[in-house]
Amino acid sequence: MARDVNQALAREFGLSADEYARVLTIMGRTPSLTELGVFSVMWSEHCSYKSSRVWLKTLPTKAPWVIHGPGENAGVVDIGEGLAAIFKMESHNHPSFIEPYQGAATGVGGILRDVFTMGARPIANLNALRFGDPALPRTRRVVDGVVRGIGGYGNCVGVPTVGGEIDFHPSYSGNPLVNAMTVGIARADRIFLSAAAGIGNPVVYVGSKTGRDGIHGATMASTEFGKDSEEKRPTVQVGDPFVEKLLIEACLELMATDAIVAIQDMGAAGLTSSSVEMAGKGGVGIALDLDAVPQRETGMSAYEMMLSESQERMLMVLKPERQAMAQQIFEKWDLDFAVIGHLTDTGRIVVTHQGVVEADIPLDPLAEQAPLYHRPTVETPKRPPLGEVADPVGIMAGLLTLVGCPDLCSRAWVWDQYDSTVLGQTVKRPGAADAAIVRIEGHARALALTTDCTPRYCLADPEAGGAQAVAEAWRNITATGATPLAITDNMNFGNPEKPEIMGQFAASIRGMAAACTALDFPVVSGNVSLYNETEGQGILPTPAIGGLGVLEDAAHAVGLALTPGLDLVLIGETTGWLGQSLWLREITDRQEGPPPMVDLLAERRNGDFVRAQILAGAVRACHDVSDGGLLVAIAEMAMAGHTGVSVTAAPTAPAHAFWFGEDQARYVLATADAPAVLAAARAAGIPAVHLGKSGGDALTLADGDTISLDKLRATHERFFPAWMNGLEA
Amino acid sequence: MRAGIVVFPGINRERDMAIALELSSGHKPRMLWHKDSDVTGLDLIVIPGGFSYGDYLRCGAMAAQSPIMAGIRAHAERGGHVLGVCNGLQILTEAGLLPGALLRNAGLRFLSMDCHLRVERADTDFTRHYQRGQVFRAPLAHGDGNYIADDDTLDRLEGEGLVAFRYATTEGEITPHANRNGSARNIAGIYSPNLRVLGLMPHPEDLVDPLMGGTDGKPLFDGLVAALAA
Repeated sequence: MARDVNQALAREFGLSADEYARVLTIMGRTPSLTELGVFSVMWSEHCSYKSSRVWLKTLPTKAPWVIHGPGENAGVVDIGEGLAAIFKMESHNHPSFIEPYQGAATGVGGILRDVFTMGARPIANLNALRFGDPALPRTRRVVDGVVRGIGGYGNCVGVPTVGGEIDFHPSYSGNPLVNAMTVGIARADRIFLSAAAGIGNPVVYVGSKTGRDGIHGATMASTEFGKDSEEKRPTVQVGDPFVEKLLIEACLELMATDAIVAIQDMGAAGLTSSSVEMAGKGGVGIALDLDAVPQRETGMSAYEMMLSESQERMLMVLKPERQAMAQQIFEKWDLDFAVIGHLTDTGRIVVTHQGVVEADIPLDPLAEQAPLYHRPTVETPKRPPLGEVADPVGIMAGLLTLVGCPDLCSRAWVWDQYDSTVLGQTVKRPGAADAAIVRIEGHARALALTTDCTPRYCLADPEAGGAQAVAEAWRNITATGATPLAITDNMNFGNPEKPEIMGQFAASIRGMAAACTALDFPVVSGNVSLYNETEGQGILPTPAIGGLGVLEDAAHAVGLALTPGLDLVLIGETTGWLGQSLWLREITDRQEGPPPMVDLLAERRNGDFVRAQILAGAVRACHDVSDGGLLVAIAEMAMAGHTGVSVTAAPTAPAHAFWFGEDQARYVLATADAPAVLAAARAAGIPAVHLGKSGGDALTLADGDTISLDKLRATHERFFPAWMNGLEA
Repeated sequence: MRAGIVVFPGINRERDMAIALELSSGHKPRMLWHKDSDVTGLDLIVIPGGFSYGDYLRCGAMAAQSPIMAGIRAHAERGGHVLGVCNGLQILTEAGLLPGALLRNAGLRFLSMDCHLRVERADTDFTRHYQRGQVFRAPLAHGDGNYIADDDTLDRLEGEGLVAFRYATTEGEITPHANRNGSARNIAGIYSPNLRVLGLMPHPEDLVDPLMGGTDGKPLFDGLVAALAA
């Protein structure tokens, strides 16, 4: 690839004229092709967060239990007993549109590496998926490929996929979102970081060999799609979960020794970002000899090797006296191990290939003079109030439509393709509780894990939507009895150069920050994915939240399945808020009004009350009220437990608004001692209503309107199998 | 009971199996590295589930050629007990220690869900803590669990009482719907002629703790401990 380096090529690599001018100033000469490649990926939106950094800095990231917040490969929180939970969520949106199977699979592989690179054994995977219009054949193909890809990687690598969420909306037709989250466990005093140290220490490459796959993937992830996006397939990487499994075992074996000074996975921008970031964080220089890089293709140039995004590779700085021992461990696991360079005191990255210096860049300016944009923002206008809406179909017909619609129907078809039980610690599998519950091997302690976002709220009011996403994650963890500790965020938005998109981003961050503060639920890691647009059409703003909580004893966890003979109690206030509700969209085809208000004080008060009741043993099942409203929540509890409900409570608002409104901060509890729960709520000033009793095989309202569980379940379970088998759309 | 678990590269349910064995026997099993061949001093060798060598060739085909398989073969010939689960069953069929083969699931998708197994005989060292005809629950997690063999082999397995478990309804009926992966004659697990080698697709080791949803799989390990307590 002999190309003249000039502004036109820089443009092709995604650098603006200003940015290229800055490169010339730093270098004091025209950069080589390899150097231009390094600058372009390090300064890409994906790696530099140049449009989002100013906003991300405003998020709360601290709490007494936070060990490492944003800035490391993943966030680290203290979960007690000398243990740390390490977790992060990351997007693989652009690759998953171009090549759904490999895009999703390598998304899982990449986030796993971010977690085990810090010394944690991965114990759970989750995801947050958004797909386009189900009526489009392409959507079906993308769903099929993404689900197979997540399963294909996670199942093979032996980490259970325990939770996630799936939404459909036409805005994702050209830009599906694949956000993958991994959670791992490490000893709190054995966390591995990426800052290199020790002049002369060997820089070691381990894992798979380097090929030409994924070159400029980070740049691709930083632009919009046009009609030619299919041509970008060569920029998508190919995953090998088998090698990842070996890499996990070999790294954890080495991490049990004192050999490692610093370690980082080779993710986006591969060898470039891992070497630049490790040396940069450590304030040292690095010299790389590319002749030593294990290669699976012949004739690769320095440019190609530095920008390859071949998967399942790690870069480490080792203590020299431990090098031989480390090499033995990797050879035992049949993995490549190569010393490809050493640390220097020059403050520069110097890349040599076949005796020629292909790149020689000062590290400080590369990091410090990275572009930082205060992009203009425009506030999203407030939606006018919805006003009165009549119910055209009746309550039970509305309920059937809702439980059967793509956004609320059973996800069993998806979950049944993910191994959720491997490692033998899955206490609550997908769908069994509001958050997945995974016990820590050898301990009574368990983690509660969830992913959440309601993008239609975010479009209508990004600030309320951002707060709601955080609050719902907190609520889902609370509904199992766990104490919420921290979140990871995955900010998926459109083109940040458009002020209205940047306005969505800024407002979402404001809402999230308010909720994180009010709920003591800091952000410890995250990822930003911008330019989710195809031919100028942006996605719904989607700040996906991955939440983590802890239970001291896994046996205290409650799920959502009802058993007969219990009383149902509603916690929280119901006004009948239909703005932006699923009922409004599915029944009246309107996506209007403001989304429900998020009262963070009420969230906190109601949630703390519910958790205390669960931990006191008063609650047999619990479910938060979210998409679809109260009657959908009751129906979901009934279907999960194969147990009917006789509702005796009368609506305190118009019936359809009462049953399907999406007021926040609400939970349905099932208890054997309703008087005690109601008395405790009254004493604490918490709104609480006795809803009815569980039993029988139908869901029946106070006015006698009834529907059998069989009919509900048949409708609930129809969509995915029918759609994916091509029987109906 | 002295038990060992074979670790092939890509195996991923060795920890689950170790937990189940220790829970029933009180002893941590020995981990056996695939490049070793010494398996002496063991009563039971377990080949756990996972994706040995990525299952990139036929499932189990690479592992069946490993050095440790010679030791396992000798152990079986001496009348030693062998348990192969999921990838373990695939490896045992590839090694010729059990007949038949495992194809892609009938629906061509990975299956992760609970299934119900009917115990076909309760007089073996693996099933002595179950009743004949008893139905128990076990998680499935595989892409290639569709058991196949020629009719003569299937007739022989049935005729000689070598079918260990069949996919069934909760009431013990053998129906096509209960047989999600499409296995011949709903076969979920089979024995060697001396009843000392058992291979099955589902994972009893993942259902030994009430917290994980039940203890349906525990009698298999309790039975082995009772049989092999020496």
